[in-house]
Formats: sequence, C-alpha cells, structure tokens
Amino acid sequence: MTVQTAISVRADPRSPAGRPGTRTAVVLAVLALATAGVASVLVGARLIPPGVVLDPSDPLHAIAAARVDRTLLGLTVGGALGLVGALMQGLTRNPLADPGILGVNAGASFAMVLAISAFGVTDLHSYVWWAFAGAAVAMVLVHAVASAGRDGATPVKVAIAGAALTAAVSSWTSGVLLTDRQTMESFRFWQVGTIGGRASDVLLVGLPFLAVGAVLALTSARSLNALALGDDLARGLGRRVALDRLVIGVAVVLLAGAATALAGPVAFVGLIVPHGVRAVVGPDYRRVLPLSLAYGAVLVLVADVVGRVVLPPAEVQVGIMTAVVGVPVFLRLVRRGRIGAL
Amino acid sequence: MSAVVSPEAVAVVRRARRRPIRRTQWVIGGLSLALLGVVAARTLLGDFLITVPDFLRIVTGTEIPGASYVLMESKLPRAVLGVLVGGAFGVAGAIFQTTLRNPLASPDIVGVSVGASAFAVFSIVTLHQSGPMVAVAAVAGALFVAVLVRSQVGSSGGNRLVLVGVGVSAALLSVIQYLFTRADVWDVQLLLQWLTGSLSRVDWPTIRLLAVLLGVLAPLLVWLARSARVAELGEDAAAGLGVTPRRSDALLLVAVLLVAAGVAAAGPIAFVSFLAGPIARALNAGRSTLIGAGLVGAVIVVGADYVATYLVPDVNYPVGVVTGAFGAPFLLWLLATGRAPRRS
Repeated sequence: MTVQTAISVRADPRSPAGRPGTRTAVVLAVLALATAGVASVLVGARLIPPGVVLDPSDPLHAIAAARVDRTLLGLTVGGALGLVGALMQGLTRNPLADPGILGVNAGASFAMVLAISAFGVTDLHSYVWWAFAGAAVAMVLVHAVASAGRDGATPVKVAIAGAALTAAVSSWTSGVLLTDRQTMESFRFWQVGTIGGRASDVLLVGLPFLAVGAVLALTSARSLNALALGDDLARGLGRRVALDRLVIGVAVVLLAGAATALAGPVAFVGLIVPHGVRAVVGPDYRRVLPLSLAYGAVLVLVADVVGRVVLPPAEVQVGIMTAVVGVPVFLRLVRRGRIGAL
Repeated sequence: MSAVVSPEAVAVVRRARRRPIRRTQWVIGGLSLALLGVVAARTLLGDFLITVPDFLRIVTGTEIPGASYVLMESKLPRAVLGVLVGGAFGVAGAIFQTTLRNPLASPDIVGVSVGASAFAVFSIVTLHQSGPMVAVAAVAGALFVAVLVRSQVGSSGGNRLVLVGVGVSAALLSVIQYLFTRADVWDVQLLLQWLTGSLSRVDWPTIRLLAVLLGVLAPLLVWLARSARVAELGEDAAAGLGVTPRRSDALLLVAVLLVAAGVAAAGPIAFVSFLAGPIARALNAGRSTLIGAGLVGAVIVVGADYVATYLVPDVNYPVGVVTGAFGAPFLLWLLATGRAPRRS
C-alpha cells in the first residue's frame, strides 16, 4: 500500500531526477508513520479507544501496552530492514539484493538455532552475537560463490546462490531442530517472522546494535553514491573503496542480524522499499537511505496491522504478509528487461 | 547407388554408434544393482535386522510376530514409496533439465513441487480432505505454478525462469507455514513432510494410488520421451528435426504430473529432481538418460531415507532434510564452478 502511494506521487517526469517528489515523500513518510503507528496500537482483534492507552486503570490497558511494545518493535525492525535493503543494493549494485533473498536472514537464524540447541545459549544478549556471525558468514559465502564463475557476480547468480544457501541452511536448521523438541517449540512462530508476542526487553537488547548500524548506514550515503559509479571512478573521486565496503558491510551485518534476532526472518521489505523510494526521489543515497528507513518501518507496521485483521480469528504473521506482497514486486523486477546492475 | 563402402569404415561407424548404447546399458544395469542394494539395506538392515529367508517368508504370507509388523508396516512400504517417488522425481527432473536446457531448471527449484505441496496442504488443513482429493489438489498446484512461471518468462529456459521460480517458491513456502500456524494440531512431522518431504507417514493405500498414477503416466512418457533427446538440441534444431514445441510442452506436462503425484505421496523431497539428472548424465558420459535419472532418483531417496532414519539414534529425520542438506551445497558448487548456464 505504501509503495503504491509512494509511486503515485511520482514527480512530473520532465523535472530533473524527480527532486520535487522528495518533499512530498518526506511529508508522506511522516504522515504514514504517524497513521500506521496509531493504527498499530488501536486496531486488532479488539479495537481500543484512544483514551485507554493513557489510563492504567482501564481493563484494556494491558492490551494497549502490549500493542505499544509491538509497534515499537515493528518500527525498529522495519526501519532496519528497509535500510539494509538499500545498503545491500548499493553495496553490490544488485537490484535484487535483499537480506531475505540473499540468504543473510537464513544464515542468522541458523546460527541462532545452533547456539540455542547445540551450545545451550538461552540469553538473547548472547545469541544476538551468533546472529551477527551467521549473517556475516552467509553474506560473504553467497558473494564468494556467485563471483567465482567466469562472469563474476551477476545479479541473477547472486540471487540464485542466495536461494541455494537459504535452502541448504533451512535443511540444516530443521535437522538441528528435530533433535530438540524444546527449541522447536520456541522456534515455531519465530521462524515465520513476527513482531507480536515479544517482551519489551527484547527490543532493548537489540536497540544498541541497530542504532550503531543505522548511524554507520546513514553516514555512508556519500560512499554509496561514489560506489554507484563503479569502483574505478569511486577511487578516482578519492574514496577508499575497500574501507567503504567494509563499513557498509558491518552496517548490513549489524542491521540484518539484529532485525532477524528480534523478529525472525522477514524477507522482501528490503527489496520493495528502496525500489519504491528510488522511483520517487531518484538514485541519490542521501535521500534514499533515510526514506528507506522510514518507509520500511511503515511497510512492516502496515503489514502487521493488516495481518491482524485480514483473516480472523488468527493473525497472519508479518513475514508471511511481506512475502505475499513482495513476490509480485520481485517478479516484476525480474521480468523488466535485462537485469542490469544498479 | 553403387558407392563402394569399405567394410572397415562400416565397422568403425558401427563401433562408434554402439559404444554409447553399451555404456547406457552398463549404467542402467549398475544403477539397478545399486537400487537393489539400497532397497535391501533399507528393508533388512537398521535397528531391526531381518534375514533374507525371513523376508521371503513374510512377503509370501507367513506371520512372524514382531518382524512381520516391522517389515510390512514400516520398512517395506517406505522402501517401495521411496523407489516410486524417487523415480518419478528423477525422471521429471531430467525432462525439465533437458527440455529447458538448463541444469538449474528442475521442478523443485522452479517451484513446481512447492506449488503442489501448498495446494495439498490447503486441501488438508482448510478443506479437511484426504487421499485422492489431496492428489488432485497437488496436481492443480503443480499445474498452477508451471503455468504461472511459464506466463512470466515465456518459453525460454534461462536463469530468469529459475529466478521467477525461486520467488514463487518463497511466497508458497510462507503460505504453507501460515496454513500450519492456523492448524489446530501442531504436528512437526506433518509440517516437515509438506515443507521438505518425508516418507514417514506412508501407508499401502498411498502407495497404491501413486502406483496407479505412475502406471497411467508411464506409457505416455515412453511415447513422448523419444523427442526428449532432440528437444535438447534447442527449439529451432528440434523443429527442424520434426519435434514441434507442442510436443516438448506435452513432455513437460507429463513431468509436471509426475512431480505432482510424487509430492502428493511424500511431499516435495528437496533437490532429488535437481540432483538426479546431472548425476545420471555424468555416469553416462554426458548423454542424458531418463531411465538412468529415474534410477538415480530412486537410489537417492531410498539411501537418504536410510541415512535419515539411522544416522542419529532416536531421531527420525525426514528424508528431505538429508537430501536438502547435501543437495543445496551441490547447487552452490555448480554456481561456483560456472557450470550453470550464463544466459539470463
């Protein structure tokens, strides 16, 4: 929905780089965030009147409090996923880059399952580190495999390598889980990707990592702009390409790993949002990155709210909603002529 | 025509033509022996040993307390189902890979298996169906995905097809997971059967149904398969040699039905169709062979089921976990060594 609105306000094609769209996009992002946030607190299996949120004596207050936690988690996870999608697309110059498609989420979740099951790690403080390690290994592995062939890491090969890694890792994950009934129970709902039913302290554990990742990401807009011209030109412009890539890679690992640790593997947010944003404000990462963060948060919240009411009485988890919305966008990207580098 | 043909030249040509045929015969013979070996291991070995004389006595009707039950209700049906499903997946995979001329374009990677699985799960969880209706749903799902993917990419078999299939699979997998979070009963084995494939919920009626389906498809397949080798040469060359695109499409349709029948019986066992074709081809010195691929598929499924059941004591892995754990790295290796086609 948000992508649709974003695209519908596309600036007049004659204006250079769609710049007049930027202000509209920013205003819309603020409005959409506010609306989605309020809706996420008030809408659900049971509608809550706004006054309840501030009134601790009301019987519905507990529901409201749980929904506030859930909304905050959705905002942070969604922002992180939108941002990480833009970062990965810029870093690899691959329009299909998304932490879900490229196997980064799968790597993180496998590492966490391994930590919980094989090493007896029970504390979120500890296994968030495993999620980072898994995300980093998966990212490096996918690119190593995809770039090994004769023609280097084409977008198509990277995406297929990501899918293969996801398939392998999910087999291993099921293999570990089946030996361990208890882990399976706690993993059951986490595996589909959801922001519901988490305590607020979960968010506090992830927040520092997400904050560092977001700062690294937002400050690397200039290096992404330079990298978009190709490594040689970026070097000519005075960038230290290897260092830039390392910083962006660390940001990707922090954001994707922490988001996966908090909400489970949520795919396609990082794919849809940056493309929608780019269609409105043009390719400048100084605008793409912050807006991807905002619209990622909006998309996850909206998906969550719609998932709560679309098929009562049960909820549709965020991860499932984003997959169902995201696949048509993915197919459109694949179909659209040749898949060039960004 | 009175051209003088030297007998030596005739002999050379004859030898050259005979060599691949003989090689194929050897490969098929060897694979049949291997299949017999893994089936014997699956039925006789494991944590409950059954001797060959006992096996023969039980199969011919003698009741041996304990052993009869284990053999007739668990070991033998699993082995038989493994052979049928593996054969179906292997042949279907080889048809896809040769007709589309892309080793990555096997039904389990382009989403056909997952489509069959998603529709089957929908019919079980939401419509409370069982038996033949699940098979019908699986066929509908496989056809739906095949037509959807085809409509997205046209008739080219390049990697764009694979990518579209990967996307469609991702969406359908999440649909399966969603259907299961809604189900009242949480049955891990059932979920894993429909996500990765498993032989653990086998019974004889399922085997009978599958055997009937495969029996119907087999003559069709034999009739159409003559065109498979020509279709491998590409659309234009095939058309020139009298194989119309419609005939290749019919062959693909049979492959889709084979996959659907297999999925309805055992779930989308990961990577069997993908692995069987290339392995059979490598054994056969680079020539594709559908029978060989079917045998390789059967050996993989029965062997992987043996490993899955007895590798870790007290844990029954579904067979799809084992094939996925080894098959997916093989796909990565194909990509890394650049053997996958580079057409997009």
